[in-house]
Amino acid sequence: MTHEEKRAWIRLVAAVAGYAVYAVIVGGRMAERPVGEVAYAGVLLWTVGGGIGVAIVAEIVLGAVNPRASRAIDVRDREIARFGEHVGQSFVVIGAVAAMLMAMAGWDGFWIANVIYLCFVLSAVLGSVAKIGVYHGSFPQW
Amino acid sequence: MVKPTRVTNRIRALRFAHGELTQAELAERIGVTRQTVIAIEQGRYSPSLEIAFKIAQVFGVPLDDVFQYPGSSEETT
Repeated sequence: MTHEEKRAWIRLVAAVAGYAVYAVIVGGRMAERPVGEVAYAGVLLWTVGGGIGVAIVAEIVLGAVNPRASRAIDVRDREIARFGEHVGQSFVVIGAVAAMLMAMAGWDGFWIANVIYLCFVLSAVLGSVAKIGVYHGSFPQW
Repeated sequence: MVKPTRVTNRIRALRFAHGELTQAELAERIGVTRQTVIAIEQGRYSPSLEIAFKIAQVFGVPLDDVFQYPGSSEETT
């Protein structure tokens, strides 16, 4: 497994785990009080920051556990990275458009923030899955 | 529809014909990772022209001795 494939796995797990923690905490709070009163901003920021932090620490630990493993990146790794970003970007656009429409329609900030966060997570997940898929298979050719 | 590449190659045969050159050694000589050589050899990745020429150079053969494309022989004759 190349260094870049390991990083794709780490980012996938960090994104899913971070959002799972957020969903459990905020979902629990939503059951207790109306949506407009649910405190979500702190949890959202902590899980986003925590996900990034966990990914960085995991990469450092991976390097420390196996220091002789190659960290080389070649042209195929760069092509796969570009492909993954391209695939994941669709959800960033969907999230931005959805948030814009929800703001124009006067939706509560809770829902706008959550749809943006969800689309960021889906973008990271889809991009990572696409990268891992190409590492194990081949580039799609239409 | 996702389709694998139609480009085939003789890298494995050429490696063995050149003193059982390992995938790692070939990768080092053409400046890519071993995983990329494996992907090229298995037909899961079509390399750039530059990498293709580097591979041919390592084996000292023309490009079309390394890589083949279906129908290319009929088109050129």
